[in-house]
Amino acid sequence: MKGQGRGLQAYALLYLLFLYAPIILLPLFAFNSGTIIAFPLQGFTTDWFSQMWANATLRTALTNSLIIAVSAAILATCLGIFAARASTRFEFPGKGGMMGFILLPMVLPEIIVAMSLLVVLLGAGVQLSILTVIVGHVLICMPYAIAILTTAFSSLDKSLEEAAYDLGETRWSAFRLVTLPLVMPGIISSLLISFTISLDEFIIAFFLAGNQPTLPTYIFSQLRFPKQIPMIMALGTVLVALSIVLLALGEYFRRRGNARMGGNPTGGFL
Amino acid sequence: MSETRFDRLDAAKPMIECRGVHKHYGDYHALRGIDLTIRAGEFFSLLGPSGCGKTTLLRTIAGFEDISDGVILIDQKHMEEVPANKRPTNMVFQSYAIFPHLTVAQNVAFGLRRDPRGKAEKAALVEEALAMVGLRGFGNRAAHALSGGQRQRVALARALILKPKVLLLDEPLSALDRKMREQMQVELIKLQRQVGITFVLVTHDQEEALVMSDRIAVMFEGEIAQLDGPEALYARPANRRVADFIGVMNFLPARILAEAEGTVTVEAPGLGVVDLPARQVSRANPDDEGPSIGFRPETMTLVGANQTHSQPRETSATIDEVVYYGDMTYYDLRLDGAAAIDGRARPVRISMRNVFGRDVQEVGTRTRLAWSPGSLVLFR
Repeated sequence: MKGQGRGLQAYALLYLLFLYAPIILLPLFAFNSGTIIAFPLQGFTTDWFSQMWANATLRTALTNSLIIAVSAAILATCLGIFAARASTRFEFPGKGGMMGFILLPMVLPEIIVAMSLLVVLLGAGVQLSILTVIVGHVLICMPYAIAILTTAFSSLDKSLEEAAYDLGETRWSAFRLVTLPLVMPGIISSLLISFTISLDEFIIAFFLAGNQPTLPTYIFSQLRFPKQIPMIMALGTVLVALSIVLLALGEYFRRRGNARMGGNPTGGFL
Repeated sequence: MSETRFDRLDAAKPMIECRGVHKHYGDYHALRGIDLTIRAGEFFSLLGPSGCGKTTLLRTIAGFEDISDGVILIDQKHMEEVPANKRPTNMVFQSYAIFPHLTVAQNVAFGLRRDPRGKAEKAALVEEALAMVGLRGFGNRAAHALSGGQRQRVALARALILKPKVLLLDEPLSALDRKMREQMQVELIKLQRQVGITFVLVTHDQEEALVMSDRIAVMFEGEIAQLDGPEALYARPANRRVADFIGVMNFLPARILAEAEGTVTVEAPGLGVVDLPARQVSRANPDDEGPSIGFRPETMTLVGANQTHSQPRETSATIDEVVYYGDMTYYDLRLDGAAAIDGRARPVRISMRNVFGRDVQEVGTRTRLAWSPGSLVLFR
């Protein structure tokens, strides 16, 4: 029994090592003064970070990516709220099929989505820009947003909104005063997930951005130059740190929301 | 003779009037021509099994559902164009629908958001409403931390603070345990007497309806089967289905022998021949095999070997089963000659209060049953 437990423990450790070793290597080489990504480490430096900061193309890429990710997250979440509320509150013909088709992009190969979007957009004569990337990202973020928000909405008692309406509020103020605060943890989760998906999305950005760089396409383009790799490592370090902060924030808000409502989780995802 | 509550209610003006109300959900005909008048100040119950349309009717009165046909008037005003948030009704939901992100006081004050009165005045109203439901000092509690009974009270306070003309209650006690439910029944009655508002209660629990209501509408399949006071409903059910639904009733196949001047002469196996006046005659169900005689378990009395009784009729029987409930004992009996009509002997159930000095009788004992034809109902 004891030996078996140890075996499983070792397996779990190996598994975690496999998951996180590459990520731990990021900061290691980001602060390494050698230009070649290899052991032994040479010395400590923050040059790569200053180089990254000074890089104008990188800054453009970062700005583009942030604009895209924030817009896509907000749009996908807003549309997701409509869809989630409709699917949990109302019965209408073709509901099952409709929801299925909305969720389909989750399993559709992204390259197919990107390619067909490109064909359609070019055919319609739309100029490729970060706007077209936003459209593409909304499309792929929607299924996740809807999945999270549907959980949040379906765990809500339907009579809550009715009660508010019965007590003299309008349909809209009943939604705003009762439903919205109660699904807020789900909304935050949806925003975070959509933001993360959009921020590191490559294929659609690569196809639809025209000549505008986004963070992933910029990183990909720089990988051809070995000289740039330490700077990319520095960039990766910053991104990992940011992700952890975001995740922690999201979880904090979710737990606070839960505590306020008596530990009744509504669609927490993180 | 002093004026009773019922005299006053009889004289009261109508508060809710439903005339020919129909409701269709696609092909499903949920309400089939409801005609109903609920009087001001009345504690009225809509009683029926699940799916009978009672909740749908309540929700059409509240304005949550449109009606397909007919009219609903509340306080003599047509409600057709009036949405739920403008009707003089408030609802206590089955799940209570307490807003979990607000405090008790914020929940109760929710309906006052659009009220122009000042903050201090509203706070006083909230305190008053909480005191009325026995939750004085609970204002700052988080709503999600309350027990089921407390949530129920908050829901009541939240609805009553708006002084509605009608309070609608959708199975408000079904989520409570038995003790709490019985306590809340009494409190609801007291509360209703105190505020004088018309209460309309939806319930599937016949006991609850009997305990609480001035009048009860029994509903089956979107129609009102009987509308009466609790005693009339229990003692003179309009048809066999109502009799079956309200309390326990024994049914024996019967044979009609003669009929003259409103009196029906009937023979029932084990009971012999009885003359029943028209008021003891009700309708049978369409799918019944023939007429039947019904009686309640408590209307017949087991008589010990050496005891005497003052009932006009007596029947011999054998005890098949004894179920002891502490305060009551239920006996399943086989009446002598019970199989006379169709060869099948149906056991009948008799209940006896366990008073001091009366022994519980044993299975297999030969015994006598004392009864009066006045407690029988013929279903034909």
